[in-house]
Amino acid sequence: MRPRQQRMLAVGLVVVGVAIATGLTLQAMKDSMMFFVSVTEVSEGKYPDNRNFRVGGLVKDGSVNREEGSLEMTFLVTDLRCDLPVSYTGVLPDLFREGQGVVAHGQLAADGVFIADEILAKHDENYMAPEVADSLAEHVGEQTASLADGSSECSPQ
Amino acid sequence: MIPEIGHFALILALALAILQGVLPMIGAHRNNVAMMSTARTAAVGQLVFVIISYACLTWAFLQSDFSVAYVANHSQLALPTMYKVAAVWGGHEGSVLLWILLLVGWTVAVGRYSRSLPDSFVARVISVLGLLSVGFLLFALLTSNPFDRLANPPADGADLNPLLQDPGMAIHPPMLYVGYVGFSVAFAFAIAAMISGKLDREWIRWTRPWTTMAWIFLTCGIALGSWWAYYELGWGGWWFWDPVENASFMPWLIGTALIHSLAVAEKRGLFKSWTLMLAIAAFSLSLLGTFLVRSGIIVSVHAFATDPSRGIFILSFLGIVVLSALLLFAWRAPSLDSDAGFSPNSRETFLLLNNVLLVVATIVVFYGTLAPLLYEVLDIGKISVGAPWFNKVFLLPMLPLVFLIGIGMHTTWRSHKGSLLTTRLLIPAIVSIVLGVLIPGVLYGRFGVMVSVGLIAALWVISTSIIEPLRSWRRAEGAARITPAVLGMSVAHMGVGFFILGVTMVSAFNVETDMAMRAGETVEVADHTFELRELREVQGPNYSAIEGVIDIRKDGDYVAEVRPQKRQYLVQKNWMTEAGIEVHWNKDLFIALGEQLGNDTWSVRIQYKPMIRFIWFGALVMALGGLIAVTDRRYRSTATGAETT
Repeated sequence: MRPRQQRMLAVGLVVVGVAIATGLTLQAMKDSMMFFVSVTEVSEGKYPDNRNFRVGGLVKDGSVNREEGSLEMTFLVTDLRCDLPVSYTGVLPDLFREGQGVVAHGQLAADGVFIADEILAKHDENYMAPEVADSLAEHVGEQTASLADGSSECSPQ
Repeated sequence: MIPEIGHFALILALALAILQGVLPMIGAHRNNVAMMSTARTAAVGQLVFVIISYACLTWAFLQSDFSVAYVANHSQLALPTMYKVAAVWGGHEGSVLLWILLLVGWTVAVGRYSRSLPDSFVARVISVLGLLSVGFLLFALLTSNPFDRLANPPADGADLNPLLQDPGMAIHPPMLYVGYVGFSVAFAFAIAAMISGKLDREWIRWTRPWTTMAWIFLTCGIALGSWWAYYELGWGGWWFWDPVENASFMPWLIGTALIHSLAVAEKRGLFKSWTLMLAIAAFSLSLLGTFLVRSGIIVSVHAFATDPSRGIFILSFLGIVVLSALLLFAWRAPSLDSDAGFSPNSRETFLLLNNVLLVVATIVVFYGTLAPLLYEVLDIGKISVGAPWFNKVFLLPMLPLVFLIGIGMHTTWRSHKGSLLTTRLLIPAIVSIVLGVLIPGVLYGRFGVMVSVGLIAALWVISTSIIEPLRSWRRAEGAARITPAVLGMSVAHMGVGFFILGVTMVSAFNVETDMAMRAGETVEVADHTFELRELREVQGPNYSAIEGVIDIRKDGDYVAEVRPQKRQYLVQKNWMTEAGIEVHWNKDLFIALGEQLGNDTWSVRIQYKPMIRFIWFGALVMALGGLIAVTDRRYRSTATGAETT
């Protein structure tokens, strides 16, 4: 092969490779990328329907509820404005605690309860996921209303 | 007093780094031997001062000098001595110091083992390394001084993050850093070559073992990190596509491409400017990795406490390094390429494909890692790109690559005579397809397309890699022996095969269950029974723990006893999971305690991980292959070195 052809071949391969990768990437992206939604946004109905998304905030003090001897549990995630009930079955991460930041993966059920299939809490006491920190910062000092209570501003749609 | 000496030594090191960065460069330009000869001396001097500085910080840790802020934040009186030493790099400031130490160490090694090269070229390489060192020393002194004092020292320190109190974690960062920093040699080489305006075959040959060494360390470092995450994070996963993992993986991918393109550049004088580009990219991605970890702009389990000024500094440094390298590249690289041709049916073609696919894989990882940032900046939304995305997309460039390895190894340079799929490759092909289809069903009771594809790939790579060493071994005494270079290549590729084998089996046949268990209760998971015999309290040096004692049986026969723990570290009050793992060559049984659910009931996570050891074993074999290749004689040859094939 002559140098020029070589170069053309190389460029061609790169272009084809990148094009295929991009196409498939975008395809795969649709169902594999997850949006982060704040609790207030959930209350306003701004969340992806019928698919997983992530929601984050603080685990509300005194809200963790578990039947003795069972892996099933429920708790409230709050962004200091609204609360969202979350249910989860399984082993919790070590740093899951009331009053600490948490991120949950899962779907919102019809009754307004978030069914989590994965719970993330960070490894460092002082570290909080930036999106959680952002969603909290917006509502510091506001009155908290619960989604489950059906109160005016944060009622499920 | 000692910390001040450390601080002062660091400043002196900076002064020498500036000398090392400037004088040899000017000397090489003016052909002034005296100025060029300052390169090696300045590097040694710099190393001495950095060692002093590093020793001072270590001393502060050993003495538990909590008036030093960094020590107070990362150590504690009761911390075992080994972890006091490891705590030096357990936080941001210290790990920057470690980075500098390694960079200067590499520089001195370069000075020592480069006698065969022209003085002006060596002077330029060392000068570029000096300039990089200036950047990092400034970074340490201006934004992350590990010697900062506290006005009111606490009586006891805040302790090292319990996650890091583990032997695997103690050696993981230095390994990784040696690899990262090692790519700076290839980078400096590329810059020096572009400034010199020529690229001799001798020079390229000289770079190869350096690049391979860096790659070996990076491989081991990544494997160690994966192994550590597996047993220490308590989740039983071995790779999470976490941004920081990706940050170490991208330079590895490009470094792998670089090793292959250097081969073409040396043997055939082709791909020269492409090789230079890869050398620049490998180190730039190492820097980007540092930026991602240190700036905290990306959500990661590795994110240290964040400080915007650090992020800005590294980003600017990255910008300067990448921009100036690329400008130089655009200006000089085109004149370096040669016009030799090659047939499409040749080893060159396969190495080209290797490079294209590895670069595409890197782009995939790069995109996935930075997409959340992009979305945020463009205000489209807050997204996270998780493992499912990476697993899917990453496979696309990697699968063809793996099948090409087997053929590419057996083609010749320039133009391959005869067909590519010779009888020699026919047997491995048949064997891997038959075994790949049968093994899952026969041994694991389930057939599957993806499992078989993975297994065929793994067996194909292993069996084709073994051909060359086998032929050499069978050859009569006195006949030409396999060279370390070829043997190393074969072994490294075999490692790739083992790795794929492990990944395939774990992904396909992994069993994971969470359950509530009471003391005395027995459960069955993946043909094994697990009896939680008792739960008891135990005391460690700086933690107290609940320990579960679990008996594992298979078909009624006793297999082992494991003791997973839930630890609470006394200073930071963190709860930590210490998994109990029963290791066999072909499977792991992984048990972690969750939390107390009631009286004597605990949540327990039990996992069955078939062949997971092959993942790390494969990585080690890859590194071993690299090591064998580095010992090849011709890398030690002088300027008149002999040609070999």
